[in-house]
Amino acid sequence: MYLSTYSTMSCKFTLQPQMVQASLIVQKEGVGYCTKVPRNVNMAKLRNGYLFPEISVREFQHLEKYPNAKLISLGIGDTTEPLPDNIALSMANYAHGLSTAEGYSGYGAEQGNKALRKAIAETLYKHVPVKDTEVFVSDGAQCDITRVMLLLGSNLTIAVQDPSFPAYIDSSVIIGQAGDFGDEVGKYYNIEYMKCGPENNFFPDLTSTSKTDIIFFCSPNNPTGHAATRNQLEHLVEFARDNGSIIIFDSAYAGYITDDSPRSIFEIPGAREVAIEISSFSKFSGFTGVRLGWTVVPEELLFSNGFPVINDFNRIMCTCFNGASNIAQVGGLASLSPEGFQAVRSLIDYYKENAKILINTFNSFGVKVYGGTNAPYVWAHFPGRKSWDVFAEILDKTHITTVPGSGFGPGGEEYLRISAFGHRESILEASKRLKNLFSKAE
Amino acid sequence: MSSCICIPHAILLPSKTNWNSSKSNNGRRQGHCTDVPRNVNMENLQSGYLFPEIFRRESEHIVKYPDASLIRLGIGDTTEPIPDIITSAMAEHAFALSTVKGYKGYGEEQGNMALRKAITENFYKDVGLKSNEIFISDGAQCEISRLQMLLGSNMTVAVQDPSFPAYIDSSVIVGQAGKFQPETDKYKNIVYMNCTPENGFFPDLSTTSRTNIIFFCSPNNPTGHAASWQQLKQLVEFAKANGSIIIYDSAYAAYISDASPRSIYEIPGAREVAIEISSFSKFAGFTGVRLGWTVVPEELVYSNGYPVIKDFDRIVCTCFNGASNIAQAGGLACLSPDGYQALNSVVGYYKENAKIIVDTFESLGLKVYGGKNAPYAWVHFPGKISWNTFAEILEKTHIVTIPGSGFGPGGEEYIRVSAFGHRECILEASRRLKNFYT
Repeated sequence: MYLSTYSTMSCKFTLQPQMVQASLIVQKEGVGYCTKVPRNVNMAKLRNGYLFPEISVREFQHLEKYPNAKLISLGIGDTTEPLPDNIALSMANYAHGLSTAEGYSGYGAEQGNKALRKAIAETLYKHVPVKDTEVFVSDGAQCDITRVMLLLGSNLTIAVQDPSFPAYIDSSVIIGQAGDFGDEVGKYYNIEYMKCGPENNFFPDLTSTSKTDIIFFCSPNNPTGHAATRNQLEHLVEFARDNGSIIIFDSAYAGYITDDSPRSIFEIPGAREVAIEISSFSKFSGFTGVRLGWTVVPEELLFSNGFPVINDFNRIMCTCFNGASNIAQVGGLASLSPEGFQAVRSLIDYYKENAKILINTFNSFGVKVYGGTNAPYVWAHFPGRKSWDVFAEILDKTHITTVPGSGFGPGGEEYLRISAFGHRESILEASKRLKNLFSKAE
Repeated sequence: MSSCICIPHAILLPSKTNWNSSKSNNGRRQGHCTDVPRNVNMENLQSGYLFPEIFRRESEHIVKYPDASLIRLGIGDTTEPIPDIITSAMAEHAFALSTVKGYKGYGEEQGNMALRKAITENFYKDVGLKSNEIFISDGAQCEISRLQMLLGSNMTVAVQDPSFPAYIDSSVIVGQAGKFQPETDKYKNIVYMNCTPENGFFPDLSTTSRTNIIFFCSPNNPTGHAASWQQLKQLVEFAKANGSIIIYDSAYAAYISDASPRSIYEIPGAREVAIEISSFSKFAGFTGVRLGWTVVPEELVYSNGYPVIKDFDRIVCTCFNGASNIAQAGGLACLSPDGYQALNSVVGYYKENAKIIVDTFESLGLKVYGGKNAPYAWVHFPGKISWNTFAEILEKTHIVTIPGSGFGPGGEEYIRVSAFGHRECILEASRRLKNFYT
């Protein structure tokens, strides 16, 4: 007996049918007038739609097929729990204030509200050498990844973990760094894929990794859930230093770390001269819709000609951006107040408890799982099976959406990412359905 | 007058290093250098972005004259409070995020459907646009860069001269602009379409080279000129004949007083040649709240027939993650009958400011343009270098303006004066200017 609360339809389901269809068709020939403007060749190199809208499309199609199904969405990593009161209230009050003479605020600093930058530096980088002037507030990590790419330009080589968050590769393709896609290997020729799997403790073998200008590194990792150890990150920083590379460290899930794995690359000595760190309030404060994040660019980070990267990043932020919404920034500030921070931690703990339930679920029917202890994702292994097939089977038989591992790169084949965001009852119901499906299969 | 004292939110001038210089020879540091080459496109930018430069000058001026009552008629920042009905909607939405029923996570990357519909119905009712052709953004400046990413480095671009600097700067950053030529003050690969009183602020298209992309802003920032229906018809025909795409910036459409078109799509045939960018910033006072939109018609296709809207959708899904849902709730309230009416009052207030400014300069015998269909007055100081006029006005009257050359070589000898400000500041500014120039 399924309860109606299980229907965790995100508002993505109001995606108009035309867009759904459009993403299914690779190319549609225009029948009328064509401009003479050539299509950007880089756009043509993108393989499919971006991964997460593709998952939405599948959900949409599934609901068309089974209109009465109670879909449980453990695919797209969207937060579900309400914001803590004090955070929502601070934003509400600020919004009200915008209709008063004293409270009205126009353009903010492109780098972000000063108090917020300070709060980020002092609260989240308390024992780590990061100055508030090195913190740039953004409207989220996904947007900043693109801005960093704009900053760096097309003439660079990048390395990514395999599997990894698809925005690194996709933005690299769009900006023109990635080269052509090799169908045989499932990889872009100019991108260095650093395999991360259980066999190498989810840390690449750097001795066999080619030098690239840029190294994207996400920890805790999306999708594997692995939080790199201090030792691993020391190797990474050393590798970057020896090769003259810049690490772009994505710490969006740092709030989920349970053990003493580093929460910031800047905990590693020497990182200030080799790394940029991108982070986000999305999964930390539930700000997936509110839109807020930040990027740290240390003053010591220099291009090969000695020019400080921070100068150019500042120029990009002033020219290609105009600041995060002032209301969102107020919410960010409230998230970092003692009361807000405590409330946010409770929320994170709630999702982590969800992750624990999911881990136990998969373990119970003998499927090996990784992650889930330092991140809100569980990385489940289905040896010998194609991940899109497993995805489809689970969706079809249990009405649960997940994300197929190959969507994160060839290194994700045979794996499935299950997100721990959801109402507790949905997670418990999902657990029941999965046990039902997979225990039967044995 | 304390209400005119400028207390900028963002006095963030780093104490030691001058961030504003992006010339490659300045600011080099000692220490470990990576092997990563600086992006040559960034090196190609000639100076800091215009508006932070103005801000820097303001800040320096305040340091020099700490007791001065600075009046800011430079950066076009709205100053009047947002009507209650709109802020209440945003406050309600924010508050609801702390409830089970009201919590919302990721929204559609293209934007909230109700908002897209409202934009279609409010602004494009008679021109046959569909709501799926509207993409919600966090503002025009951000969207300009996303469009550049979409189009790529292999494009030629034409801009009005003078024009909003983000078109040129973003073009330089993505690598379209070619080398800067100090002798002409122009980028080699950009076509500059001179817009002056002599040509009715509309370029002579018969002498304009073909480019892939044509940026066109109307009502214009900085000149304030709203292109006529005839002029835009010519532009659309020109684009069609050349197979070009117009990127039409209609951010100031709400300020139009006469029958000038408020959208490029009022012109037949525009759907096949134009993208339109717009914004809630100057319409709703959302400069800090951050909300805008872009229209990409389904009929707009590349040379190989591929629809531009599909690639733009891909960019929006990959390089963006939606405008803040709170801002979008505000946007929806802006387009309710009461909200819209309230906003038109605020726009009317700024337009009255503009009238005062135009009258002021005219009374001093200076030729002024704009100010009727836009919140900017474009004042001509024949024979004078605009940065010098800017400096003189700032020094002698403590009023910040913007030197016309900041908008391109075609802006030399002109000053842009913004009409955003509290009425008493505008009146005080008027007094000071009359005092100084008479």
